[in-house]
Amino acid sequence: MEFQRETVPVAERVDDLLVTSPDPREHLVVVGNGMAGCRAVEELLARDAGRYRVTIFGAEPHVNYNRIMLSPVLAGEKTFEQIVINDAAWYADNAIELISGDPVTAIDRTAKRVTAQSGRSVSYDKLLIATGSDPFIIPVPGKDLPGVISFRDMKDVDTMLAAAEAGKANGGGSAVVIGGGLLGLEAAHGLTLRGMKVTVIHLMDTLMERQLDEAAGWLLKTALEARGQTILTGANTEAIYGDGKVEGVRLKDGREIPASLVVMAVGIRPATALAREAGLTVNRGICVDDHMVTSDPDILAVGECVEHDGNVYGLVAPLWDMCRSLADGLTDQHSGYRGSVTSTKLKVAGLDVFSAGNFSGGDGCEDIVMRDASRGIYKRVVVKDDRVVGAVLYGDTVDGGWYFDLLKREENVADIRDMLIFGQAFAQGGGALDPKAAVAALSDDAEICGCNGVSKGQVVACIGAGNASLDAVRATCKASASCGSCTGLVENLLSVVLGDDVKSGPKTMCKCTSFTHDDVRREIVAQDMRSIPEVMQKLHWSTPDGCSSCRPALNYYLLCALPGVYHDDQQSRFVNERMHANIQKDGTYSVVPRMWGGLTNPRELRAIADVVEKYNAPMVKVTGGQRLDIFGIKGEDLPAVWADLNAAGMVSGHAYGKSLRTVKTCVGSEWCRFGTQDSTGLGVKAERMTWGSWMPHKFKIAVSGCPRNCAEATIKDFGVVCVDSGYELHVGGNGGIHVRATDLLCKISTEQEALDYCAAFIQLYREEARYLERTAPWIERVGVDYVKQRIVEDAAGREALRARFLYAQSFSQDDPWAERAAGQHAELHQPIAPFAIAAE
Amino acid sequence: MTTWIDIGTLDDIPQRGARTVQIAGQKDLAVFRTGDDHVFALVNECPHKKGPLSQGIVHGHSVACPLHNWNIALRTGQAQGADEGCTPVIEVRQEGGRILIAQPDAMQAAA
Repeated sequence: MEFQRETVPVAERVDDLLVTSPDPREHLVVVGNGMAGCRAVEELLARDAGRYRVTIFGAEPHVNYNRIMLSPVLAGEKTFEQIVINDAAWYADNAIELISGDPVTAIDRTAKRVTAQSGRSVSYDKLLIATGSDPFIIPVPGKDLPGVISFRDMKDVDTMLAAAEAGKANGGGSAVVIGGGLLGLEAAHGLTLRGMKVTVIHLMDTLMERQLDEAAGWLLKTALEARGQTILTGANTEAIYGDGKVEGVRLKDGREIPASLVVMAVGIRPATALAREAGLTVNRGICVDDHMVTSDPDILAVGECVEHDGNVYGLVAPLWDMCRSLADGLTDQHSGYRGSVTSTKLKVAGLDVFSAGNFSGGDGCEDIVMRDASRGIYKRVVVKDDRVVGAVLYGDTVDGGWYFDLLKREENVADIRDMLIFGQAFAQGGGALDPKAAVAALSDDAEICGCNGVSKGQVVACIGAGNASLDAVRATCKASASCGSCTGLVENLLSVVLGDDVKSGPKTMCKCTSFTHDDVRREIVAQDMRSIPEVMQKLHWSTPDGCSSCRPALNYYLLCALPGVYHDDQQSRFVNERMHANIQKDGTYSVVPRMWGGLTNPRELRAIADVVEKYNAPMVKVTGGQRLDIFGIKGEDLPAVWADLNAAGMVSGHAYGKSLRTVKTCVGSEWCRFGTQDSTGLGVKAERMTWGSWMPHKFKIAVSGCPRNCAEATIKDFGVVCVDSGYELHVGGNGGIHVRATDLLCKISTEQEALDYCAAFIQLYREEARYLERTAPWIERVGVDYVKQRIVEDAAGREALRARFLYAQSFSQDDPWAERAAGQHAELHQPIAPFAIAAE
Repeated sequence: MTTWIDIGTLDDIPQRGARTVQIAGQKDLAVFRTGDDHVFALVNECPHKKGPLSQGIVHGHSVACPLHNWNIALRTGQAQGADEGCTPVIEVRQEGGRILIAQPDAMQAAA
């Protein structure tokens, strides 16, 4: 099966360009599209964007991604998209020619040309080698069998995922990871999460012996075993066996471990073959000076492939330092690389591990150790001459950055020595317990973002240059743009630099605009805008018709601002709201008719039963919101299903919408011996009043008849708990990933008041929350006191809100199902061609 | 030789929307109309988890899959950004307000 696809003829484009439009600038060719190569280019662009014409060769068929984030991809915590550092637009925006999937195979230093695997040849003025490192493959029999891989690139991850998938078919599948270092343990963890039975074989007696001392290594081993992995330390691999593919690993002591996948993660070594063949000076790595220049003045090298001052580095942090020195050199500034002190922070299976500096002890070294066996915490700080020279932390690594900072600055810790082991908050006194004070106390070169090597000083400078939001900081200096674990630190820095204003975090609506949600809403009202194209025009949208983030938001804001006037745009609705049903993973839909307050009757139940039979719905389920969900309905059948349900008096349940979902009730005083009020009756009234309203996000109500709270009203957006003397009103709760119990809004005495407050609260939420913000985060953002002030204290304001809600409702309580059943928007439910094209 | 099949008019498809074409025994096709009235046709399956692309939000010359929000370029069928995958493309042309799709391609693509 072959398809004609538009392809960009890249072959020889680089040199064609030279012939047709000679670029007077020097040509910098980068061999290696990985973290070092691209970072070096970024640093160069930041200093002098126009200076060089840049071409990058990459061996892998991808844009530049964050290799250290492959572990989360394997573990299923991230997608590949989320670990991309520079997307295709970056290359285009900076006029960088990317030649991916075509490794450079030779350098001709005399002609100053490189040749790639495809035969493509490109000349250079300056050449940058950033080939990184190759995984070390131990020379045992069977190392070349299919199923033996390393853990280095996206292809390896894909192989592991495929093995795990294949294993599922035969009840699990087994994998062996050779190497109990950082990379090996991450591979083992990911494979375990993917359902494989994993054995780790480690030559040494302690896991991660280069980063951890014996005690921490033992804690780690115990914890990993508790998570189901088999850890064999002091185990020496003799051979990998198998007939045509991997079947297992045999140890020197004769033990055999069956496996369909073997991951070799025993180490890496600099990829120097290209440089060596070109005649450059190479020891363990490609030898470079303080500006990363090799033995050929026109060839530079950076990253894991180099050797500087006798040192070779395999971690990411030194690479950032190298790239800075390199870019300085290329732009005639002279800082010079002075080597790096490294630290390791690792998270495996939720276990935090940190180490830095020297922890093997020695003359004059003193250990300060704290153990908390029950919490699984071990901390050891090594001090020499009143200075921190090393640290190992297990289980609680929050102070890792602080110890590392003390270590790098060689600060005298004599005064705080007694407190040192308890961490920064304790050692620096009460004030530092505040996270903002803690981040303020860090030195300027303290590292904030480990993934992208951004220091506190750089983040502060970036904020100072006008980047006043998390997104802007991420886009500009990359801090917190990768794994996100330093997001809290960056947010605290924003507050420290900008004061408390930053709390309302100016975050743009999406990539189509530089305006925030709040800006857009305000301008829609202020300029009386009436359609999505008008908003996009007047607010300078950067895309022709927005994206799947901003269009639904704009549609909602206009709908909310202009009840009865604005014409709802179906094409700006998510599929569920456009189809008035919930799409399922097989493309069919589920249908939930409304059951007022959770009440139903024989007629409705019969109609539902008939629909289930008539349309062969494979499943019917009782929902958490006290209704019935009919699964497996085809898009074409929806109007007919709705017609049948309408005929029995039922309307849409809006189970698919950013709208009022259900009103859950208990039976209350009518039946229950504990009931204090008619909770069911109030629930039905509330649902009759609020159904059909569109909101920023889904909205759930519940009414409980007594404080036993059987309707779970205190985890709803609006909850009523009936008591003898009246009604307690609760707001801002939800279940979900982050469960939040409601805040008590107030207590009132009559049913009518309960309904009035409910309407006013919903309208305040509709008018002021951002699209896709549920009541819980909205209230956490604006504060419950603000909501009380608007709803409880300001009686006139409350009445106005209520009136606006009821006015809006007068346009929104037409059953969308009935309209569709009557034939409206039939095109959404029917294929275009009135005939089915017959296959040959 | 390409056989062109008339499947309807431009007005049959909502702007920034799509309609499906059913082929007996084969995968459905999705025919898209963009905001600037270009028409594209793809097999109605996201390369990711086979989500029905015809139900996605059409923006520019892309569609966001309704299941997991992958963005697919309508012209090439390629997943955009960092996602990788490709949905087969079917040749389409407009002639006097009518939309024609290429039958042989459609048959192969859906095979």
